[in-house]
Amino acid sequence: MALTGLFLISFLVVHLIGNLQLLANDGGESFNLYAKFMTTNPVIKTTSYLLYATFIIHIVWAILLSAQNRKARTVRYAVTAGSTNSSWTSRNMGILGTIILVFLIIHLKNFWYEMHWGGIAKVVYDGVEVKDLYTVVEVAYTQWWYVAFYVAAMVGVMFHLFHGFKSAFQTLGLNHPKYNPVINTIGTLFSIIVPGAFAAIPIIMYVKSV
Amino acid sequence: MRITLKVWRQKNTQDKGNFKTYKLDNISPDMSFLEMFDVLNEQLVRQGEDPVHFDHDCREGICGMCSLYINGKPHGPKQTTTCQLHMRSFNDGDTITVEPWRATAFPVLKDLVVDRTSFDRVIQAGGYISINTGGVPDANEIPIPKKDADKAMDAAACIGCGACVAACKNASAMLFVSAKISQFSLLPQGQTERKTRAEKMIAQMDSEGFGACTNTGACSAECPKEISLTNIARMNREYFTAKVGSDNV
Amino acid sequence: MKLDSKIPGGPLAEKWSKHKFNVKLVNPANKRKYDIIVVGTGLAGASAAASFGELGYNVKAFCFQDSPRRAHSIAAQGGINAAKNYQNDGDSVFRLFYDTIKGGDYRSREGNVYRLAEVSVDIIDQCVAQGVPFAREYGGLLANRSFGGAQVSRTFYAKGQTGQQLLLGAYSALSRQVSNGKVKLHAREEMIDLVMKDGKAVGIITRNLVTGKIESHSAHAVVLATGGYGNVFFLSTNAMGSNVTAAWRAHKKGALFANPCFTQIHPTCIPVSGDHQSKLTLMSESLRNDGRVWVPKSKEDAEKIRKGELKPTDLPEDKRDYYLEERYPSFGNLVPRDVASRNAKNVCDEGRGVAKTGLAVYLDFADAIKRDSRKVIESKYGNLFDMYQQITGENPYETPMMIYPAVHYTMGGLWVDYNLMTNIPGLYAIGEANFSDHGANRLGASALMQGLADGYFVIPYTIGDYLATLPYEKVSSDDEVFKQAENDIEEKIQKLLSIKGEKTVDDFHKALGHIMWEYCGMSRNEEGLKKAKQEIKKLKEEFWQNVNVIGGNDELNQSLEKANRVADFLELGELMIDDALDRSESCGGHFREESQTEEGEAKRKDDEFSYVSAWEYQGENAEEVLHKEDLVFENVKLTQRSYK
Repeated sequence: MALTGLFLISFLVVHLIGNLQLLANDGGESFNLYAKFMTTNPVIKTTSYLLYATFIIHIVWAILLSAQNRKARTVRYAVTAGSTNSSWTSRNMGILGTIILVFLIIHLKNFWYEMHWGGIAKVVYDGVEVKDLYTVVEVAYTQWWYVAFYVAAMVGVMFHLFHGFKSAFQTLGLNHPKYNPVINTIGTLFSIIVPGAFAAIPIIMYVKSV
Repeated sequence: MRITLKVWRQKNTQDKGNFKTYKLDNISPDMSFLEMFDVLNEQLVRQGEDPVHFDHDCREGICGMCSLYINGKPHGPKQTTTCQLHMRSFNDGDTITVEPWRATAFPVLKDLVVDRTSFDRVIQAGGYISINTGGVPDANEIPIPKKDADKAMDAAACIGCGACVAACKNASAMLFVSAKISQFSLLPQGQTERKTRAEKMIAQMDSEGFGACTNTGACSAECPKEISLTNIARMNREYFTAKVGSDNV
Repeated sequence: MKLDSKIPGGPLAEKWSKHKFNVKLVNPANKRKYDIIVVGTGLAGASAAASFGELGYNVKAFCFQDSPRRAHSIAAQGGINAAKNYQNDGDSVFRLFYDTIKGGDYRSREGNVYRLAEVSVDIIDQCVAQGVPFAREYGGLLANRSFGGAQVSRTFYAKGQTGQQLLLGAYSALSRQVSNGKVKLHAREEMIDLVMKDGKAVGIITRNLVTGKIESHSAHAVVLATGGYGNVFFLSTNAMGSNVTAAWRAHKKGALFANPCFTQIHPTCIPVSGDHQSKLTLMSESLRNDGRVWVPKSKEDAEKIRKGELKPTDLPEDKRDYYLEERYPSFGNLVPRDVASRNAKNVCDEGRGVAKTGLAVYLDFADAIKRDSRKVIESKYGNLFDMYQQITGENPYETPMMIYPAVHYTMGGLWVDYNLMTNIPGLYAIGEANFSDHGANRLGASALMQGLADGYFVIPYTIGDYLATLPYEKVSSDDEVFKQAENDIEEKIQKLLSIKGEKTVDDFHKALGHIMWEYCGMSRNEEGLKKAKQEIKKLKEEFWQNVNVIGGNDELNQSLEKANRVADFLELGELMIDDALDRSESCGGHFREESQTEEGEAKRKDDEFSYVSAWEYQGENAEEVLHKEDLVFENVKLTQRSYK
């Protein structure tokens, strides 16, 4: 979980850099070129397969672990007071993960599937024909409920990261009194800033559209 | 004080079990929680009923035998053993729910008594340094940095009560196992078998049916001896290096 | 009966080496043909079982707890003595021997005690090699602290949890033998009888505490490492489960019980808070280094304090009686355990005790805090103060701590010879269960030393001397003697279950404890002891007619377990009284009011009582017979203790 989790965390950064180009005031040119680059460059393509695999391992592993953990306590307690000894997020990574998974499926259907196999209109930059993913995104972000769903999912990501970020280091054995505060601070900042930035994009685009 | 107790009663491992409610008046706040149970049991015996069975022995917080899950927490509201919990930690009129440790690896034997021999088997798998009696070097032959000795002592303070397993939402035994692995990996005497020890103990832990660690930290927060999570991280390191570096196939 | 202690001749320092050479050995290949039963898995039992397994014997180890790691050795706080002389302060094997024999008030054997001091050094080496995290100095070498009754620093410690760490070391060695298949572990299984054939111990009967099954186990030798019997007093610092049953049932089969009246009462325990009290908690003796013991000078002030009308901190200095400093100007608050305990009892008997019960004295740190600052006191005793606060709900930094003596250790036990074998061939007793090394009083940090010495370094040698004389074939557990013993036990259990009287087991245990504490506690006299004997007889009779044991035999039944143990305590109590009556001298923890100096201090009578009392069972309700083993002192000069 830790290794795949950390890889997915690094993916979030790359993804965010791409998304931020949605805000460039160029009618989507840089974003579309970026999208094309991401879907055609052989290095990126190879990496993307690794990414798919990581997602799948992270999810399947989580399901297996949850099953093992349920089996480890078949008779439940009548009363539990988990809030007094652990954080809510740490106890609910499965629920948070499921929310993210639902989002992921819809998100992939809307953009990733469309980009790869859907009939997206094309635009021409400097004589090169490029799929106009920007417009697809722009249209999607004019619907308030879609934006709301997106933001809600990002809140889920944030909570998932609150625990997941530092937990990954603990699992890998990286627990050191000198560096723990650094890991925790970076983890918390990352968990707020990255999903926050993701969420800000559809909000800004929605506001622009109305 | 007046107390209402909701206590788990179960005749034996096969029995399904259920909660029973008992009312106690005249409870002194100076009583320990187990003494309150003594009072209940004396009352039950006088009425000809089977007393509530629970594990306990030293009643001074060190043997690790007592094991009650009180109001949703192992050993109750304070970070101590049940025998060191006193009734002054509760209020007059409280209802207190008492359950046994719940884990597949700790089957209930009767009422609140559970079988923790899985812990013994984990230790038997490698929680020792393989030396025989006699023929050892002088105690001062190998100096050990005080810091390492202290850290080893902090890990060795584990009393094996199983509160970590009881508290963990996954019923994981990582804190218990890591405490023993840490103690030995920090000491020069433990180096010889360092890799095989980690591999064997963890394999045994897994085969006992404990859950996996998701780093909630509940174990350490509830541990009466405040065993730290750093031990789990250390065990993870030991495990990775053992898996990569040992020639056990 | 002639008691032969089998102490080898020759100079003291050579006895053990000579003996080790003279004992018979069992060939390594033949060791696997012998089976040994070890009952109890504390320091002595676990270390013996592990060492036997390492040597190649087949071992069965039994404990009544759910795991060997729970044995009450785990609760020892202070440390373990060893004559390492790491501190270069003049320690030596002879000095440790001398301190121990003097501390025991000259009622132990020179040969045994010297051997104990001799092997003490090996214990530390062994434990360090096992990974026991003893306290260390910054240079990486082992640290020592000083302890009562000694003028050198020879106590090794692991925080305040030395007993725990040593026990876990022995437990890990034991676990290793379990995984090697040499030791078969029987947890939650209690020994309830010894089986003998042709005068030899051949096995034991146990009760599986989970299923209630009565089982027979046969072996070539049986080792009892079942601890002390302090719980005869109901309230003691022993664990709730600590009991005398194994040793007592062996006694009833013919093993002699030595010095049963020698009990140690520890002065610094947390006082009883009410009738609900189930056990007493000890606080380290080291507190007396800085705390000042006092009670109010007048009964009236004490009364007011008990009622809560007056706070101890408001009582002016001139109305306080620092009775230890007053009576023993040179030792003050640091007088030995028995003296401190007895004085506390005296002032409370005078009506000057504090706490609601009137059974407590103050241990005041106000002056120490004023002198050294709260921070210094906190660094020295922080964990003890926290523990006190947790149990009593009072803050000892602000109001004086209250303490009262409590039963802590029993020096008496099964009589054993130099080989640690009882008078029954094939039956051994080690650790607190035997009587051998502490005389009439045990020094601090010596219990751990004795348990491990017996288990690691004495019995692994001496047991071979007996086994080598035996055929490989052992008595089968299907033998008639086992069947008979099983039947007797089943009968006894059925009898207990069928009484269905009106009193609980605890009612009897508490009543017994009360009698013992009142008449056979810190000070004893003929009249009281005789009265106690009658009362115990009556109580015992009533027990067998009016006890109520709930449930059946075929289940986990804690009432039945307790009833079984209390039945034995009732019989033991009577023997303790007999022993205390016989010994009309004062020595160590045994204070007979008839034998005191003009100043009220203990007075030993060496010409009359320089012997070990070994009692022989004669049957139900018959008086036991006393055998005397004379103590010979060739290397120490007997002196009367004085702490003035």
